Amino acid sequence: MSKVLLKVDHLKKYFPIRQGMFARHVGDVKAVDDVSFELYEGETLGIVGESGCGKSTTGRAIMRLHEPTEGKVLFDGIELTDLNNEQMRKVRRDIQMVFQDPYASLNPRHTVEKILEEPLIVHGIGNAKERKNKVREYLEIVGLSSYHAKRYPHQFSGGQRQRIGIARALMTNPKLIIADEPVSALDVSIQAQVLNLMQRLQDDLKLTYIFIAHDLGVVRHISDRVGVMYLGRLVEIAESELLYHEPLHPYTQALLSAVPVPDPVFEREQLLLKGDIPSPSNPPTGCTFHTRCPHAMEKCKQVIPMLQQVKSGHSVACHLYEAPQ
Amino acid sequence: MSRKAVLEVRELETTFFSDSGKVAAVDRISFSIHEGEILAIVGESGCGKSVTSLSIMGLVPSPPGKITNGSILLNGKDISKFSDKQMRKIRGNEIAMIFQEPMTSLNPLFTIGNQLIEAVRIHHPKWSKKESTARAIEIMKLVGLPRAEQLINDYPHQLSGGMRQRVMIAMALVCNPKVLIADEPTTALDVTIQAQILKLMRDLNERLNTAVLLITHDLGVVAETCERVIVMYAGQIVEEAPVNEIFKNPQHPYTKGLIQSVPDMRYKKDTLYSIPGNVPKPGSILEGCRFAARCEYAFERCLTSNPPLYDASGAHRARCFLLDMEEGGISHVESAAES
Repeated sequence: MSKVLLKVDHLKKYFPIRQGMFARHVGDVKAVDDVSFELYEGETLGIVGESGCGKSTTGRAIMRLHEPTEGKVLFDGIELTDLNNEQMRKVRRDIQMVFQDPYASLNPRHTVEKILEEPLIVHGIGNAKERKNKVREYLEIVGLSSYHAKRYPHQFSGGQRQRIGIARALMTNPKLIIADEPVSALDVSIQAQVLNLMQRLQDDLKLTYIFIAHDLGVVRHISDRVGVMYLGRLVEIAESELLYHEPLHPYTQALLSAVPVPDPVFEREQLLLKGDIPSPSNPPTGCTFHTRCPHAMEKCKQVIPMLQQVKSGHSVACHLYEAPQ
Repeated sequence: MSRKAVLEVRELETTFFSDSGKVAAVDRISFSIHEGEILAIVGESGCGKSVTSLSIMGLVPSPPGKITNGSILLNGKDISKFSDKQMRKIRGNEIAMIFQEPMTSLNPLFTIGNQLIEAVRIHHPKWSKKESTARAIEIMKLVGLPRAEQLINDYPHQLSGGMRQRVMIAMALVCNPKVLIADEPTTALDVTIQAQILKLMRDLNERLNTAVLLITHDLGVVAETCERVIVMYAGQIVEEAPVNEIFKNPQHPYTKGLIQSVPDMRYKKDTLYSIPGNVPKPGSILEGCRFAARCEYAFERCLTSNPPLYDASGAHRARCFLLDMEEGGISHVESAAES
C-alpha cells in the first residue's frame, strides 16, 4: 500500500451561535463533528453528502481556511494544526484548492496571466520570465492556448474558466488538490471534459485528490475510495466498488437509491427517506440519522456509533454492524 | 396515441432584440403535449428550453424579447395572440408553472397561507375567506405537506427547500390546471428530496391527469419521470422520441454524446465520453447544422445547410442528415461509427 499523505484525526469544526446584546454563546453549529480518515498518495478520495453535511467545511478545515475547533491534520509528516500563519502559508504550496463556481473564484479585473502568476509570486517561485513561461505552459496543459493569457475571465465559457481554476491550483506543483464541487456548475458535456482533464492530470503529475461533490455518479467515476457524510459525521468510507455495490449504512443505501439513473428500463427498489435533514445546530442525540432511519433501534437514540472497519477496505458507523457483545 | 393534445406549439420563434442585433433563442419549434402526459425538454444551458416555457406562459420579458412567429394552441385557442388581461385568466387557471428556486419564487414577507389563499381568491373571487382557506389546506395535504393547519401560518424561511417546492406545487395546482410547466423543479434540491418531489409529481400526474411539461438538464430525471422526450440544441429541437427509444436508440449525434457523457453510478467507465468544444453562443451559427462543429460524423452538407427533422421510426424524429435516405439512411450512421 502506498504511503499516507494526509491523516485527518478527530477533526471538529463548530461555528458558535451567539445571541443577545452581549453576544452570549448559546450553542454551536456542528459543521464537522469528529471526522477521521487517511488519504494515500496518488489516490482520489471522494466525499459525498447532501447540502449542509459538512463536506465543504471538511475540505476548508484541512486547508485551515476555517480554523479547526479540535483535532489534528497530519500532512506529509507535518502537523498542520500546530503551524503558525507564515508556516501554513508555505505548506499551502503543496495543498491547493479548486472551487465550485468558476465565475466567482476568478478575479474579473485580472487577466488570466495575472491570475495564474499570482501563486508563483506569493510563494516566490522563479523570475518574471520563468513565471510567464510557466503560465503559458500550464495553459496548454489544461487544454487552453497560450494566447489566452492576455484575456479576462469573462471572455471564457464556464468550462474554460474551470480549466483556468485548475491551472491556478497546479501552478505551485502541489501534492494534494482539494476540489470542492469542481464540476457541479457545468453542463453535462463540459463536465465530462473537465473530469477527463482531472484524471489525465492526476496520472501525468502524480496528484492526490480530495474530490468533494454531491453528484454520486461523478464521484463514482473519479474516486478510488468514497466517504459519505451526514450531518457533520463520516458515516461510511470504503473503496468505491464496495460502496456502490454493497452500501452498508442505511443512509448510504437510501442516498444511492434516490439518484435518478439515466435508463428508463432500469428497475430498482427506491428507499424513500421521510422528512428533511435535521438542523446541524440541534442535531438528534445518538446516531444523527436515527430520526430518518428505517432500522432505528432504541440504542441508536442514545449512543453515537463509532466508525469501525467491518471488512477489508470498508468502514461504517452504524450499530447494525457492531459485533454482538 | 389517441389522447387529445392539450397544448400544441407550432413553429414557435422567440427573438431577443439587442443593440448588437437580434437572436432567435427559440427557433421555429413545434411539439404537442397530450392529456395526462409527462413530456420532458432536455438540453444544456442556453439551448432555449426555459425561453420555450416562458413563451408558453406569456412571460417573456418584453422588451427585449418577443414571439416573432408561430402559435401556441391551448385546447384549440391561440394564446400567443392573447392580451395581458386574457392571459392573466389562463395563467394559474389552465396553465401553471413552477420554478427552479422555490425560495426566490415565494414572497418572504407573507405567510404560506396568505400566498396560497391569494392564489385561490384570484381565480375564485366569490369564495369566502373560510372556503378559500379550506381549499388551501386541502391542496397542501394533497402535496404531502405535514401539519397543514399550522404550516399555513408559517413564513417561507421557516420551511426547508423540499417543503417550499411542495408549496410551489400546491400553489400551481390550486385551480386544477390542464398543463403544469415545471422548469428545473428539482435542480436546487438534494437527491433524497429530489426523489420525494419527483414521486409527488408522478403521483399527481396520475391522480389529476394533469399534463406536465418538465424542463430539465438531468437525463436521470428524464428517464425516471417522462413518457416522451424532446432534446433541444441551440434553439432547435434536434430529436424527439418516446423515452425508451431515446435512451436505447438515440439518432442524433448530440443526443448520443449527451447520454454517453453522463457518469453512471452503476458501473465505472475508464474515460468518460465527452463532446468536444462548447455550446455555441445563441445566434453565432447562421449556416448549416448547428451541431456540425462539434459532431464527429459531420460531412460537407452539414456545413452548408441545416437539416430538417427526419422521421426515424414511428414517433421518433431527429434533425440529422444521417437519417436522410438519399445519404444512405440509418446504415450510414453505423458505418460512420465503425470507421
